[in-house]
Amino acid sequence: MKTTKTNLNRRSFLKASVLSGGGMLLSVSWFTTAQGADKLPAEALPLPWVELNGYIQITPDNVIKLMCPNPEFGQNVMTSLPMILAEELDADWKNVVVDMAAHDGVKYGFQFTGGSQSVRAYWKPLRQAGASARHMLREAAAQAWGVPVEEVTTKAGTLSHASGKSATYGEMASKAATITVPKTAKLKTPADFSVVRHSKKNVEGKKVVTGKPLFGIDYEQPGMLLAMVQHPPAFGMKLKSFDASQALKMPGINAIFSFKVFEDGSERGMFETRTFNELVAIVGNSTWEVMNARKKLKVNWEPAPDFKEVLNMRGNKREEFTPGGLESTAAQFAKMDERAKQPATVLRKDGDPETAFKNAAQVLERTYTAPFLAHNTMEPMNCFAHVTADKALFVGPLQAPGLAEETLANRFGLPKDKVEIQMTRMGGGFGRRAYPHYMVEAGVISRQVKAPVKLVYTREDDMTYGIYRPMYTATYRAALDADKNLIGFHVKGGGIPEHPVHAHRFPAGAVANYLAEGWEIPSNITIGAFRAPRSNFNAAAEQSFLDELAELMGKDPFDLRLDLLKQAKANPVGKFNDYDADRYAGVLTLLREKSGWDKPENKAKNRGVAAYFCHNSYAGHVVEMTLRNGQPYVQKTYSAIDCGVVVNPDAARNMVEGAVVDGIGNALYGGLVQKEGVPEQTNFDRYRMIRHNEAPQHIEVHFVQNDIDPTGLGEPPFPPVFGAVANALYKTTGKRSYNQPFGREIDKRI
Amino acid sequence: MATITFTLNGKRKTLSVDPQMPLLWALRDTMGLKGTKYGCGIAQCGACTVHVNGVATRSCQLPMSAVASQQITTIEGLSVTGDHPVQKAWLEHDVAQCGYCQSGQIMSAASLLKTTPNPTAADIDGAMSGNICRCGTYTRIKAAIHSAAKK
Repeated sequence: MKTTKTNLNRRSFLKASVLSGGGMLLSVSWFTTAQGADKLPAEALPLPWVELNGYIQITPDNVIKLMCPNPEFGQNVMTSLPMILAEELDADWKNVVVDMAAHDGVKYGFQFTGGSQSVRAYWKPLRQAGASARHMLREAAAQAWGVPVEEVTTKAGTLSHASGKSATYGEMASKAATITVPKTAKLKTPADFSVVRHSKKNVEGKKVVTGKPLFGIDYEQPGMLLAMVQHPPAFGMKLKSFDASQALKMPGINAIFSFKVFEDGSERGMFETRTFNELVAIVGNSTWEVMNARKKLKVNWEPAPDFKEVLNMRGNKREEFTPGGLESTAAQFAKMDERAKQPATVLRKDGDPETAFKNAAQVLERTYTAPFLAHNTMEPMNCFAHVTADKALFVGPLQAPGLAEETLANRFGLPKDKVEIQMTRMGGGFGRRAYPHYMVEAGVISRQVKAPVKLVYTREDDMTYGIYRPMYTATYRAALDADKNLIGFHVKGGGIPEHPVHAHRFPAGAVANYLAEGWEIPSNITIGAFRAPRSNFNAAAEQSFLDELAELMGKDPFDLRLDLLKQAKANPVGKFNDYDADRYAGVLTLLREKSGWDKPENKAKNRGVAAYFCHNSYAGHVVEMTLRNGQPYVQKTYSAIDCGVVVNPDAARNMVEGAVVDGIGNALYGGLVQKEGVPEQTNFDRYRMIRHNEAPQHIEVHFVQNDIDPTGLGEPPFPPVFGAVANALYKTTGKRSYNQPFGREIDKRI
Repeated sequence: MATITFTLNGKRKTLSVDPQMPLLWALRDTMGLKGTKYGCGIAQCGACTVHVNGVATRSCQLPMSAVASQQITTIEGLSVTGDHPVQKAWLEHDVAQCGYCQSGQIMSAASLLKTTPNPTAADIDGAMSGNICRCGTYTRIKAAIHSAAKK
């Protein structure tokens, strides 16, 4: 690479090429990223970068800068999304540099990292953007050489003509920028891919291993103050009063004050939370000084009352009730047991499940539970903010800039175009950083102290703040006839505060008589996205249940699933089945083969299998377990995934390996327990995370090869790990595990 | 406040700081070296690992008073151009996902290889189990350490 980075102010540069107006785009359109270049002559663009569209800039000496629209939290989008652009642009990857785009809803849409959507949502727009730029370069060369555009070919960043003429993209970039942007351009066929499907190293790898300041917590500006916030020690408590007199005398302290995160009576928008709406801010010159002053702060708390608020989910409004009171995990389990006996909302019903169960020769019924889980991103929540009367700048680790923009514009009474958001690399996200409360907090503090501020949570602040994976339970029932045929299936799931049931997922569609029900118990403990929160519980419960059912039916666990899928394919029951039976079966078949499941030498091993469909992809695992010093240990795992085209195979394998390790850790050890509203786990001394010595020695990952447009990968491999671990644990110990985390069976429910 | 002199990444350094302040915050806030990360503050996650006289140490629990006259190496000083065998092995295996814990992982691994040039899997578990990675890159880390050992 000849150069690595432009010295231009990126934001002002991008703004110069954006057309006015336009609200946030709900769907991603590559074309909006092209309109600026369409209207601006190349001469008006600052050199040396020539912008062909919002994603692609080229220097005269042929360095190609590709913009990554979505924030990076370890799923490697800063490499895989530009790879999609480079593919259709026909760029030479060696000449590519990548930059993270700032938030710009007009140019890039939602820029949402979450729901395993990054590659899926941007696949087509990025291909179009790449192909369109390639067309403009070919057109420029055709004009320059006086030949028909059809005769200009491209290869690895070079334009050529049969006459012997050739030019680099850089040499034609200025002229290309004057060409009208085509609305669509012809795309390559998967057989011609030369970048996509070919592993590329993480573009930020070198920066990571040399400790460059990539993360939100590393961000600084001159004159910046450091802030922390004190939240109530228990869910169900709120601020009563505080005495800052001693704390204010501590060195380096600038201000201590209480504030409301959101204004009283404000409607709660998407991804907004009101866990602790009144906080005490401690603002000073450095982290250590603020930490020390915080110890001298005296705060009185009082019970928070019940409250009602209006949720406004992008226009869809409903009222939500939050109870007061101090909740304990043991009492919550008791409450769930009680609630589970009551009638629930019917989510789906096929055939006549009541009669099927009444006539059954045999019924298998099992109940599963799981506690709250904390995200424990290795980088705690933090955000830089500088809010003045007429504009605001936020820089930090966040997953959903498009939604945060709306929240921030509302909170600070600013038009959206006065709210600038820059996304840093995230030290993990897993759903947690879709909730922008910490951005709002940083902004309110900045506005109050009239200075740029970086808000940083301690680990304890982070772990005790809420937004957890919900607490769940589900009871599964299966009805068998006298010949051990499955004639009825019933799932009734509940949760605090949301139920986990996906009513239209497998085995819905495969059983003639099927019933899915759900119920919910409100709580003041807040919850949020957590690497497929409902799915990771369901995959544990349902896949354990199927394993036990297969045993009862005298079937191999693969055979039971494949037989059901065969039925769902041949004669699907009901409507809205949301999975493709062939792709599901394809993953199981590949997994069975690669794991050597049927080989006699593997039969004696303590192996468990599970497979699950979520976020548009199919994933299955076989895990092999032993007892080590009396404790369950997963030695070896095999994974099979169908997520369509795999853009960056080695990075995709890395993500699946990570999901396997993370899944084993959460299944065996993860859990957050409350006593009187106080989380018992506040840091990594009590919240057990999987560690090096507990990770498998061997993780083997296989992808189904097909040309289907890419679907999700961040979440899908995670949920079925829980089920496979549960099933291997049964083989290892001879005992079924029903309560997560299995390593402590949540201490027999506390 | 106290005046503390020590060696940081091969260069003599004198700071006037609160002697109780952990080295982590002196590195990050006072000296602007952001490669050493805050993860837990109680020496349970390893994100803040540096070398003190070549030995992996959690900087979040090391007061500046204990740093006087010591040789401190951070991720920024592990090698001049980022080509320490451990860093190269990390790139070769493309270990990082989010990357936040990796400075600490690399510092722990480099310290291990200094004392144990050909570590067994058990050696690696013993030396590395204080470093948490929520992304779950442990298996790649192990492979990268074995690769680095061969360099």
